Amino acid sequence: MRFGVVRFPGSCDETDAVLACERFGEAELLWHGDCDLRGVDVVVIPGGFSYGDYLRVGAIARFSPVMEAVAEHARAGGIVFGICNGFQVLCEAGLLPGALLPNAGLRFVCRQVEVEVANADTPFTRACERGDVLSIPVKHFTGRYYAPEEELRGLDAHGQIILRYREGHNPNRSMGDIAGVSNREHNVMGLMPHPEHAVDPLTGSADGGRLFESMAMALAPA
Amino acid sequence: MKARVLIRPKAGILDPQGQAVERALPALGFEGASEVRVGRMVELEVEDASRLDEMCERLLANPLIEDYEVTVE
Repeated sequence: MRFGVVRFPGSCDETDAVLACERFGEAELLWHGDCDLRGVDVVVIPGGFSYGDYLRVGAIARFSPVMEAVAEHARAGGIVFGICNGFQVLCEAGLLPGALLPNAGLRFVCRQVEVEVANADTPFTRACERGDVLSIPVKHFTGRYYAPEEELRGLDAHGQIILRYREGHNPNRSMGDIAGVSNREHNVMGLMPHPEHAVDPLTGSADGGRLFESMAMALAPA
Repeated sequence: MKARVLIRPKAGILDPQGQAVERALPALGFEGASEVRVGRMVELEVEDASRLDEMCERLLANPLIEDYEVTVE
């Protein structure tokens, strides 16, 4: 199976994302100006500061030519995984519910956090069990997840909350301690923590690899 | 014609920037300011003002988290 990682002007985590993907499958970079996903099975929207975060985070990137193809891939049931800025882009594009707001503390946070798997029955978490705790770093200024109350109840009811910050680990005051959510169909997910920076014990944790492993498992021939 | 779009966080959404400004004001001797909200303004020249709302909905604001007001001169 093949992962494609989209590079926007201002992306900065695409190389780590490719390296993380390559542990579990083939991976290549896709260019934001191309309308073609080159037949990849999974699209990863990486972290960074696409288009300089101008106007609002993710607001400009969602109009990149590649995003039409990403939306089409998602509509067809293909897997799309947005990390940090990628999460923000997917929310702006309407492929994920909610929005990301500036951290409540108005500080850029960069630290290791613990997140708990709230739904293991998704293509992103099937290598995990519900309740598993993953140690993954966050590094962002605009990571406070927000959705209207009614929408939050819907997310909960439909198992769309995939990862939650553990008690004491919510770095930005995200509503419901939400670290990662999916769409209703569970084929598009966004998360603020960076699993691609946690794929080798050398850098403190390999827990992030389990999300990439899950996607590879989801696409493995039965 | 010249248009101004005023964008601000929706009521009920925590605005830490507004709170930080509100806390800073008394420190400078400006008492009695409350409910401070920080937004942004976009100025633009447009030929067709009838499309401003659509511009706001699709790009200038995120209607889920922000309210906007358009004024045209």
